Amino acid sequence: MSKRIDVKDLNVYYGKFLAVEDVNINIEAKSVTAFIGPSGCGKSTFLRTLNRMHEVIPGARVEGEVLLDGDNLYGPGVDPVTVRSQIGMVFQRPNPFPTMSIRDNVLAGVKLNNQKMSKGEADALVERSLQGANLWNEVKDRLAKPGSGLSGGQQQRLCIARAIAVEPQVILMDEPCSALDPISTLAIEDLINDLKDQYTVVIVTHNMQQAARVSDRTAFFNIAGTGKPGKLIEVGETHTIFSNPTQKATEDYVSGRFG
Amino acid sequence: MTSTLTPPVRKRSALTKGQLPKFAPYVVLGLALVIGAAILALIGFNAFGWGIVSAILFTAGLVGWSAAAEGGRKAKDKLATCLVVGSFLVALLPLISVIWTVLVNGLPGLLDPGFLTTSMNGVTGAFDNKSVEEGAPVIGGIYHALLGTIQITLLATVISVPVGLLTAVYLVEYGEDRTLARAITFFVDVMTGIPSIVAGLFAAAFFFAVVGPGTKTGAVAAVALSVLMIPVVVRSSEEMLKIVPNELREAAYALGVRKWRTILKVVIPTAISGIASGVTLAIARVIGETAPILVTAGFATSINSNVFSGWMASLPTFIYTQILNPTSPSNPDPSSQRAWGAALVLIILVMLLNLGARLIARTFAPKTGR
Repeated sequence: MSKRIDVKDLNVYYGKFLAVEDVNINIEAKSVTAFIGPSGCGKSTFLRTLNRMHEVIPGARVEGEVLLDGDNLYGPGVDPVTVRSQIGMVFQRPNPFPTMSIRDNVLAGVKLNNQKMSKGEADALVERSLQGANLWNEVKDRLAKPGSGLSGGQQQRLCIARAIAVEPQVILMDEPCSALDPISTLAIEDLINDLKDQYTVVIVTHNMQQAARVSDRTAFFNIAGTGKPGKLIEVGETHTIFSNPTQKATEDYVSGRFG
Repeated sequence: MTSTLTPPVRKRSALTKGQLPKFAPYVVLGLALVIGAAILALIGFNAFGWGIVSAILFTAGLVGWSAAAEGGRKAKDKLATCLVVGSFLVALLPLISVIWTVLVNGLPGLLDPGFLTTSMNGVTGAFDNKSVEEGAPVIGGIYHALLGTIQITLLATVISVPVGLLTAVYLVEYGEDRTLARAITFFVDVMTGIPSIVAGLFAAAFFFAVVGPGTKTGAVAAVALSVLMIPVVVRSSEEMLKIVPNELREAAYALGVRKWRTILKVVIPTAISGIASGVTLAIARVIGETAPILVTAGFATSINSNVFSGWMASLPTFIYTQILNPTSPSNPDPSSQRAWGAALVLIILVMLLNLGARLIARTFAPKTGR
């Protein structure tokens, strides 16, 4: 259960401001794709267009096509809710629902949509999702406790468990480790490695070592200057991008000679 | 030289040099009280003047001593402390005075047997005259007014909370700074400033036009009160919904949850403690309204348990009529005792509501336990 994403000629606007210009990229199924690039170059904005989350911000719109196994996310009559139930997202800051227990947080996608589920099924889903997020052993004795009582790294893995509990095709991660310490980061990176057996994973990161460690393919985004749109400079196999990039800008960035 | 190795024996640390001793404020306070009493004795003693003069003397003494011993910065700090504490005491004074007055005057009425369980039905001036002249117990109570207040306020809450909460949801979640949203915000602000008597007249006129002339029931009063309550509920709910982090909404959207479900199951539960305490404070705000109830529900001396028909008493109007038109014009004391008792009950009700608001806020607050 994973699908590929193909992006064709995508422009992203905030009102009249062109934020990301002319992106063409193919994201393979069952692989990890990393987006790297300097701050403000539009990586996160672009990531959010992949499950129509950018629409939450008033005035945001896109031109172009995003195809999920050939189906255009922006086709007429497509419900963003359907899109988001197939393409899950994990955010920069861990954001478990503060009113819910750990168990309810994992079941949030099911419960909030009022789907009926027997207790046995729900228990199985909770265990499966938490195990998928490498969190089961740490929280199995306190599933009824609030999710906000966990540490930052555990909260982030809880959010990943919550995302995989709705069984999406694709998981988008927006700098999932930037608020975490190295040990929690390692736990998440191991998890990403496991996740790609089942899901298509797209991760935005500021940490180039992380991109090199976890991803199969890497896309480098850059921006010409403030007020200019961000662009996709280069995309390819991760080791090619880091060892032998075709573009001068990519080489400067990955070798630390940026700017 | 071994003496250089042993630390010199000193009484005070060099780090605390040049500070006033700890007992300084108490010394100055004692002196200020004594001198204040002496000055007041010259021009005629009263407690209020004594407090004022002592406070001024205390401030001047402490600041002066501090300036001499510690320097300008510390003296300014002491002056600011004195002003802040002084302002706090001045602000506290009327509050304590009100509670004290109501307690002293209201307790005899409240402790009267049957005060909370009987109405004023059939209580005439003759009984009051008898209690003053022959020492018979004061009869009559506030049961009808208490019942009326509870019914009217409850109905007003039932009307205002859905309207106010849904308005706030529209403003925060769907308004997006549209013209309609800005117009609503503006009119809510205007409504906050409506004098309560105008709200009462509006409700009265509205029901005269719709139901028929002379319609005075508890329901009309409830409508008048909800006109006063709705803007308060909108304002407080709006603020509470605004501080729900956007991340939680996005987390729900990213799970494929629809917007209305996100609002109903994530946003409102996260903000419910603030909303509930806001509503409770709005109730406390309108429960003591007098004018709008006088023109909409009239006043009654007997128990009326139907909010939709007939005149209805309430605690504020009960107090008003008991003071203005005593049951026995020649002996107003029993009436005034009942009025003070009712005032005490009203204050206790408001206090309970405020405590309830805190309790609700604590019960519904997102849990953080491990």
